[in-house]
Amino acid sequence: MRPFDYSRATDPGDACRAAAAPEAAFVAGGTNLLDLMKLEVMAPGALVDISRLGLDGIEPEGDGLRIGATVTNSDLAADARVREGWPVLSRALLAGASGQLRNKATTGGNLLQRTRCPYFYDTDTPCNKREPGSGCSALGGEQRNHAILGTSPDCIALHPSDMAVAMRALDATVAVQGANGEHRHIALSEFYRLPGDTPHLETRLMPGDLITAVHLPAAKGNRQVYRKVRDRASYAFALVSAAAVVRMEGGRIAHAALAFGGLGTQPWRDPEVDALLTGEAPSEALFDKAGEVLMRDAETHEGTAFKVPLGKRVLKAVLAEVTA
Amino acid sequence: MLGPHASHFHEKDPSHATSQGPEAAPPMKLSFTVNGTEHTLDLDSRVTLLDALRDHLGLTGSKKGCDHGQCGACTVIAGGRRINACLSLAVMHDGDEITTVEGLAGPELSALQQAFIKHDGFQCGYCTPGQICSAVAMLREVSDGWPSHVSDSLTGPVRLSREELAERMSGNLCRCSCYPGINAAILETAEAE
Repeated sequence: MRPFDYSRATDPGDACRAAAAPEAAFVAGGTNLLDLMKLEVMAPGALVDISRLGLDGIEPEGDGLRIGATVTNSDLAADARVREGWPVLSRALLAGASGQLRNKATTGGNLLQRTRCPYFYDTDTPCNKREPGSGCSALGGEQRNHAILGTSPDCIALHPSDMAVAMRALDATVAVQGANGEHRHIALSEFYRLPGDTPHLETRLMPGDLITAVHLPAAKGNRQVYRKVRDRASYAFALVSAAAVVRMEGGRIAHAALAFGGLGTQPWRDPEVDALLTGEAPSEALFDKAGEVLMRDAETHEGTAFKVPLGKRVLKAVLAEVTA
Repeated sequence: MLGPHASHFHEKDPSHATSQGPEAAPPMKLSFTVNGTEHTLDLDSRVTLLDALRDHLGLTGSKKGCDHGQCGACTVIAGGRRINACLSLAVMHDGDEITTVEGLAGPELSALQQAFIKHDGFQCGYCTPGQICSAVAMLREVSDGWPSHVSDSLTGPVRLSREELAERMSGNLCRCSCYPGINAAILETAEAE
């Protein structure tokens, strides 16, 4: 691990100013960042510890919740209000990582975790995300935990979060404090950038921007399902996952929000899939059509071609369960 | 599987870290409580909680398996919660209370430790301290009513079935695959509590 200066921030303003310095990074749970620092995939010259800023509370806000950025994945999954009103979020969190990691990993850090593409981790190979312009080793290399939606000729790296998939289906918003002290909100749907020819730029955050909270509005659907398909039964990243938030009225789908993990370069939600389902009566034909729409722009490679049929089947299974 | 520093004890080297660059930051002071005893250390900011415990306090019960949070051999209890000590910086634990496997036994081994012996819950024993620390905190999570990925209901009572146990302990790998003994030891202890 490269040497770095460590400082513990005592208020969010100080933290933002300290992290605006070149090569500075925030650290809270550290479960992903420290791993990447050991491998020297990331080598920040300064770490600003934000774990004691008091951003670890979950507060009601209108009909929704304000989740502090350093609330751990364990505390969020176990929160009685989340379990009751946003069960898809608890389910997604519980499907991710291990008990030990969930006890450290935070809400903000989960959103900002890096891809698990093996070439991003392997500093001996080219990777446009790690070293812009060096090339993509996954194209023509080993592919499995890679994206088929939102990819570019420069990067097929997957966003690995489960939590963020549920949050996309729940229309979450990210609260940010900037280095200039300004507060702003970014809808999660706008938060991530597609890789394009700048795969090293993953979000809309600017240097020094601190995630302070995630806002969850009241759930628009009482029927919520999270389904995760992976290579082993526990403690593995998704090959495909799906979060569904649905409200039924008179036998028809009144609200549909579907989001996917394991498929996209960012937690994936397709407004055309939701629009196709809304107002319709559930049927196998409808679910098949939804799968076709979801996969209409899929770009597959030899190692990721299986994700098209698998993704369609997961979508169909989740829709059958959530509309039953 | 062992990390390069797994068996070295650097009592005289407070700046020990995984690699020593020429521009290492000056040592930082850390005060924390480990197994009920207060300690103050001067550490390089890069030292993980695991290396601080093993190399600076001589508490070598916690093991370095993968050093990347994948195997669970380094599991300790910080502030009542089980964590991977390999993925946490020591300096971030200033003021914290840490419990390692060395802190679980009183004059006699704890019930869970005795159950591991009774049910032969190990072969080589390398994962055992992590398994035991993890299980102690996991049983607390169950009694706090935390659901798991395999729980039918998110809000109902939790019963520690074999399936629940496997899911909740999935962050602790046993390369000797002594899971039948490990499971039996944890289940027996849970039922007795």
